[in-house]
Amino acid sequence: MNFEFLYTLHLADNALILGHRNSEWTGHGPILEQDIAISNIALDLIGQARNFYQYAATLYNGNKPELNGLIKAPAFQQVTGEIDEDDLAYLRDANEFYNCLLVEQSRGDWAKTILRQFLFSSYQQLLFSRLEGSADTTLSAIAEKSLKEITYHVRWSGEWVIRLGDGTEESRERMINAIDALWKYTGELFLSAPYEEEMARRGGGFAPESLKEEWLKKITATLEQATLPIPKEGWIQQGGKQGIHTEQLGFLLAEMQYLQRTYPNSEW
Amino acid sequence: MVKYLYGDYGDREQVKAGSGEVTLGSADWPLWEVFIRSKQGLDHKHVGSLHAADAQMAIENARDVYTRRQEGVSIWVVESKHVHASNPDEAESLYDPANDKIYRHPTFYNLPDELTHM
Amino acid sequence: MNTATETGAIALTPEQVFDSKVDQEIRIEPRDWMPDKYRQTLVRQISQHAHSEIVGMLPEGNWITRAPSLRRKATLIAKVQDEAGHGLYLYSAAETLGTSRTEMIEQLHNGKAKYSSIFNYPTISWADMGAIGWLVDGAAIMNQVPLCRTSYGPYARAMVRICKEESFHQRQGFEILLTLSRGTEAQRHMCQDSINRWWWPSVMMFGPSDDASPHTAQSMKWKIKRFTNDELRQKFVDICAEQVKLLGMTLPDPLLNWNEVRQHYDFGPINWEEFWSVISGNGPCNKERLDARVKAHEEGEWVRQAANAYAKKHRQ
Repeated sequence: MNFEFLYTLHLADNALILGHRNSEWTGHGPILEQDIAISNIALDLIGQARNFYQYAATLYNGNKPELNGLIKAPAFQQVTGEIDEDDLAYLRDANEFYNCLLVEQSRGDWAKTILRQFLFSSYQQLLFSRLEGSADTTLSAIAEKSLKEITYHVRWSGEWVIRLGDGTEESRERMINAIDALWKYTGELFLSAPYEEEMARRGGGFAPESLKEEWLKKITATLEQATLPIPKEGWIQQGGKQGIHTEQLGFLLAEMQYLQRTYPNSEW
Repeated sequence: MVKYLYGDYGDREQVKAGSGEVTLGSADWPLWEVFIRSKQGLDHKHVGSLHAADAQMAIENARDVYTRRQEGVSIWVVESKHVHASNPDEAESLYDPANDKIYRHPTFYNLPDELTHM
Repeated sequence: MNTATETGAIALTPEQVFDSKVDQEIRIEPRDWMPDKYRQTLVRQISQHAHSEIVGMLPEGNWITRAPSLRRKATLIAKVQDEAGHGLYLYSAAETLGTSRTEMIEQLHNGKAKYSSIFNYPTISWADMGAIGWLVDGAAIMNQVPLCRTSYGPYARAMVRICKEESFHQRQGFEILLTLSRGTEAQRHMCQDSINRWWWPSVMMFGPSDDASPHTAQSMKWKIKRFTNDELRQKFVDICAEQVKLLGMTLPDPLLNWNEVRQHYDFGPINWEEFWSVISGNGPCNKERLDARVKAHEEGEWVRQAANAYAKKHRQ
């Protein structure tokens, strides 16, 4: 059961953390129309996260003796009775988050936000189209529902990658900087964590290694159209999927979780 | 680059001498008019406008802004400068003649109340 | 002046046609003749309204990353995003009058155009998300509902769209306060404190008293405005004085009292000195709000340029 639980948390954390990062743009976008667009994507991702967290909470509540040891954060341990989506999002410590490092990186400028969205959504699209066939009917249903949104995210961000890459000198330079900043975090997407391997074995999840080639093809085609250089295979920064994060996540969580932590056991 | 303002060609005092054009800066996106079919079987209806750099972007923005993600709708966008509008001063000659052709209007025909489905 | 045409019929001057349309509640549309002053008044009012929506995203946007639950986070993003949408509808309406969004935004950024002063107050606790929804949006709705029948067509249509979406805002705000009011002692305190801070600024949102509001008479005649500031303010006080009881909280006005004769609530004097002072730039956050808008616009410049450059290269 702990594999299902961790796997679901991993999917939830990816969506929440990226949604949170994108929501930092709300009110500060480059133009009103795009402010609305990026906020929509933030909303989609937070919606996905909620679906996964709610499922994870159900798993937890039904298998408490087995899963109890997996979350040691004192704030979480103090929850009495059943846990809910918010306990999972707001009361776990950074080392109990299983999102990949890519999604927690600062939003940076519009180029970095766009590129990250494209890299991640393209991955998510491939993964979720496999997850639709999961033996776990809840995961399969969430994947199916999310795919419609993700397809749009891929299109929207892909078009922006092309516009910025093939736009002005400045936008091109900013895109190249974004690639430099983010590429080292993409390798982790395709390295299975133990819970992914186990879930793949059981038919409930999917091991991402085999998605890499297809993903790379998609990314390469778009970068080429954007007249941007294709990055070479290089050093892979990893750890997020197993709870070892960059410094960025701690600050993000400190901000996100502060009310829940300061006023324990309150309804909001 | 020039910009045409919706409904404002020619004679508006804010607009530069007779051209209906306003200079568009390099960071200004042109204006697009948005038409939406809210439901299968209905006409596209003008709902407003927005700024976008190209048609694809305009359609995506229209979806985000004017439909708030409902599915099953159809969106048309047209750059505002391509809209040609009638002159309201000529409205009488354009529309009044039809006023005396009341046989074009369904209520011209007196039919028995028992007749339904028409 | 009337002129006789060849057929002997009396032709009306454009101004008479315009006046009679307004009298008959026929909407004025973009290409119709309209008095210059009417056009100017509309551009001023609609753009101020649009700016208020855009600047209004900031005090609430502050709390998106700190919202205390996933549901609150999602609804707050949706709400602030709606405000962007409302700003967009309004800029669109103003653009039909021949003023571009770029010009309007320039006027906001260089301080020539005003926006609602309420957004120059800080949001310092989560309860402020509730108080803004309940009081600030409540006051805004009261102003906006009559505008759905305003005489200028594009403005009226934008307002219809906006009003449909606004009621969700007020409800989510009240729900935030209601939850706090039923919560812990600390939460109840947070709730009352926020109401105390937002009440008077909200009452001031209706603008100067009728006897001190020079534009009101002409705007009423042209049906750009449909009720006076004081009429709307009274209605607002009457409603809130009842609603606050549901929260078990109080409004910070010792003179608030039901007047049996007037069938309205009496309320205490408004601190107009504060009102004019905030309007003229001395509010707690005037500078922060404007700086944030200018920063977003300037940092977005390269993005907008790039998209234009790309579109130009690939246009057939």
